[in-house]
Amino acid sequence: MNNLILNEMMKLVARKRLLVIGAIVGILVILFTFAQYKEVQTQREKLGSDDWRASLQQQIIDMQNRLGSSRISDDWREQIQVSVQQLQFYLDQDINPSEPGAVTFVRMFIENSSDLFIPLLIMIVASDLVSSEHTLGSVKLLLTRPVKRWRILLSKYITLLMATSLIVAMTGLLSYGLSGIVFGYHGWNAPIITGFLVDGGDVDTSSIRLISQWKFVLMDFGLVWFVAVVVGTLAFMLSVLIRSTAASMGVMLAALISGAILNNMVSSWESAKYLFMVNLKLTNYLNGVAPPITGMTLFSSMSVLLVWWAAALVLSFFVFTRQDVY
Amino acid sequence: MSATTLSVRNLTKTIKKHKVIKGISFELKEGEVFGFLGPNGAGKTTTIRMLVGLIRPTSGTIEICGYDVKKNFTKAMANLGCIVENPELYPYLSGTDNLLHFARMLPSVDAKRIAEVVDMVKLTERIDDKVKTYSLGMRQRLGIAQALLNRPKVLILDEPTNGLDPAGIRQMRVFIRELAEKEGLSVLVSSHLLSEIQLLCDRVAIITKGNIITVDTVESLLSSQEQAIWQLDPSVKGREILESLTEVTTLDDGYMVTPYDSTQIPKWNAALVHAGVQVLQLNRKIPVLEDLFLQLTDTGGAHIE
Repeated sequence: MNNLILNEMMKLVARKRLLVIGAIVGILVILFTFAQYKEVQTQREKLGSDDWRASLQQQIIDMQNRLGSSRISDDWREQIQVSVQQLQFYLDQDINPSEPGAVTFVRMFIENSSDLFIPLLIMIVASDLVSSEHTLGSVKLLLTRPVKRWRILLSKYITLLMATSLIVAMTGLLSYGLSGIVFGYHGWNAPIITGFLVDGGDVDTSSIRLISQWKFVLMDFGLVWFVAVVVGTLAFMLSVLIRSTAASMGVMLAALISGAILNNMVSSWESAKYLFMVNLKLTNYLNGVAPPITGMTLFSSMSVLLVWWAAALVLSFFVFTRQDVY
Repeated sequence: MSATTLSVRNLTKTIKKHKVIKGISFELKEGEVFGFLGPNGAGKTTTIRMLVGLIRPTSGTIEICGYDVKKNFTKAMANLGCIVENPELYPYLSGTDNLLHFARMLPSVDAKRIAEVVDMVKLTERIDDKVKTYSLGMRQRLGIAQALLNRPKVLILDEPTNGLDPAGIRQMRVFIRELAEKEGLSVLVSSHLLSEIQLLCDRVAIITKGNIITVDTVESLLSSQEQAIWQLDPSVKGREILESLTEVTTLDDGYMVTPYDSTQIPKWNAALVHAGVQVLQLNRKIPVLEDLFLQLTDTGGAHIE
């Protein structure tokens, strides 16, 4: 088995996929760092001070103004109400929710990339892990060696898990390393509030906890890794089922993007919560952002994803070990 | 009698209710080169893919060195080397890495064996270059090196001379014969180049529409089809005399064709001369496999339908 994994790793490295992914992450991080830097600057100019309390106060006022408008939908109104209450809570506790520093940047970056950007990066690897062997024709050599088919697929899957972990870790390290140049490498122990219970437009603060940012970031990464593994496994399954890399990538991309769109409009379609793509934003549960469909919890989302993961894995192995190769 | 290395019994394959392979049986002996001939769509590739375990047979058994491909896949495959269609190795890896890749999938292949097979196919100079820079002939040789890594007893080569130039084809032929004669491998070769099969193989199977029509040695297949070609004057009278003695077909250009039988030919000749017909030409024609092939697959196909 070790030899098989070594083979897959050799192929992955030779195709320079991980380097490409690293470059993409690097460029994006630089872009966002610059954007963030600019934002801080304009805010400072607008408010005339760099006191975070003033800027937070301004944010709350902005949101309240928006609530006064009659043209916003009920869903959107609830979301804003929740945000206002949370920000007010931070202000009351005298805690800066976005303490400047590389660690805060990492937290923001990973939270915002968990439902689309990271899955996209994983897809680059997962989508053609099996289908590229079909496209190249090398599958005919691979499957005529004295190794059972399930072992070959398992070695590919383990390689995918390792690549997924590597990509998530790389995203973390690159965003810390690059943004730290501008914001400074601090913020590990900044306090973060978690445990908001959201019910409709109201925020229940009875079970909140204060934790250090590094713990929070660690939890974020755990959840993002979990999402990445599930999405990777689904892309892997498509790569087994659809023997064309382009087609399997297209299907997966469509699913992810439809998830991003659905998130904003499924609040009244309750059974949509069993779709994997509306459950990808797990980090929102830590931040107390209202879920797209009422009744969704961290536990329910993870269960849904786990079921999809298991089904994809079973189907991949079933098909791969039985299919005729032409 | 040498040992049987590959045995196929009553192999069938049904794809979407369509019977593609209709019960094929044949055997390969140690040290022989076996040709697999058939027109496109006859079921050659499907059969070969079943032999190497890429496609599951609907029924029938395949044994490689006594191991059933279905029940004992790994042991059967340990005795097999193959190239199915083109040798599709990884273009982004070097020759060495490709061999290393496949060596890792085999139980006991070390660096020494890798160097050995590279030397056998004469690729030593370019082996560290990326495969995408190789010519077709070099890829073909690397494919064979890969197939030989595990010291197989049975080698299956699908169109091994595909895309090679005449010198390459000749080298390949010499190489395959050497493997069979010196190392005792059984080699199954499929090809559409009939002249190649004729020069290369000991026995051939002719397959069309999912059936094997005939399995025989190349010599006996050909000698049963030897013909005599006559040119006579006057030809009308000559044909009448010949027709009274044997089967005659007349070609467009006035030549007549009869079976070749060394005991009968002098008698027919004497009869013609006796009747005053001049024999201008009498040729013995040893057919090439191509004629035989076309003849067998045409007529063979007609009554199966």
